Amino acid sequence: MLLIYCPHCGEHRDEEEFHSKGQAHIARPLDPDNCTDKEWGEYLFFRKNPRGLHHELWIHATGCRKFFNVTRDTVSYEIKEVYKIGERPSVVATAS
Amino acid sequence: MSDIIAPTKPTAEQGASAASIALMDQLAGPAVRAESPLYNADLATKARQGAKTGGVTLQEHKLLGHLVIRGSQDNAAFLAGAQAVLGFDLPTQPLTSAESGALSVRWIAPDEWLLIAPGREAFDLENRLREAMSGHIAIVNVSGGQTVLELSGPDARAVLKKSTPYDVHDSNFPVGKVVTSVFAKSQAVIRRTGEQNWELVIRRSFADYLWLWLQDASAEYGLVVKD
Repeated sequence: MLLIYCPHCGEHRDEEEFHSKGQAHIARPLDPDNCTDKEWGEYLFFRKNPRGLHHELWIHATGCRKFFNVTRDTVSYEIKEVYKIGERPSVVATAS
Repeated sequence: MSDIIAPTKPTAEQGASAASIALMDQLAGPAVRAESPLYNADLATKARQGAKTGGVTLQEHKLLGHLVIRGSQDNAAFLAGAQAVLGFDLPTQPLTSAESGALSVRWIAPDEWLLIAPGREAFDLENRLREAMSGHIAIVNVSGGQTVLELSGPDARAVLKKSTPYDVHDSNFPVGKVVTSVFAKSQAVIRRTGEQNWELVIRRSFADYLWLWLQDASAEYGLVVKD
């Protein structure tokens, strides 16, 4: 089991209290009416599946029911950083 | 297309006129018999006929008024309004609670609190809170959706340990702390109200299940039901 830090509750909680909501930082097209099917399809359906650092959206489902972001290593499951919505991650993948 | 779904943001004035919301007293009056979510468990009979001593005591605080209060901590009018009506500040520190007389407030989320008051006072409180607050706020009466259980006794903590993954040790769970967590595959707002007293706010639809669970979990310590 993972212990995940909730930035709203300010403490570590059991993984059981959380749900992962997939990739974070997905920007909605600013003009949905005029974007191509490819752009819209990629926004709706296409997600990254990296080996290594991944920015994810999580929700503290049985706790404060707030969303926040988690930077996680998909290989080791190590959580590198937890940050609130609207904040910038300080741990980012280096271009390789 | 987009002009149809374009949302309009309420102006500050519209947000302030919260009194225009239609409110309804959800209580039918003293002539109508009220039934708590645990009505079918018949705790009154269990209290009369059951064990009188044991390690765990369970009591339902039924038919109380539950109000969910939501608003931003940056909204001074919201916090001041709550203070004026309740007589004490909303607990803005995470996982804390505040209490005065028959009123108690639990921190649920950074913008959400749960106020529990005597059942007959809930509607009046809701009206007064709406009057005193302004801005982008919400107050919802959820009295019918949940109920309050109190676990007490020397073995109450042992029952909690079986039921929740949360650490209920003294060092992590002082008196007054509030935690919303997993409770026996359901969910509960757990508050420590005394050295050996724990309050659970549980959902109506899970009340039967949790009553069965608590009987099972406390069987080895001896369960005393109090009415």
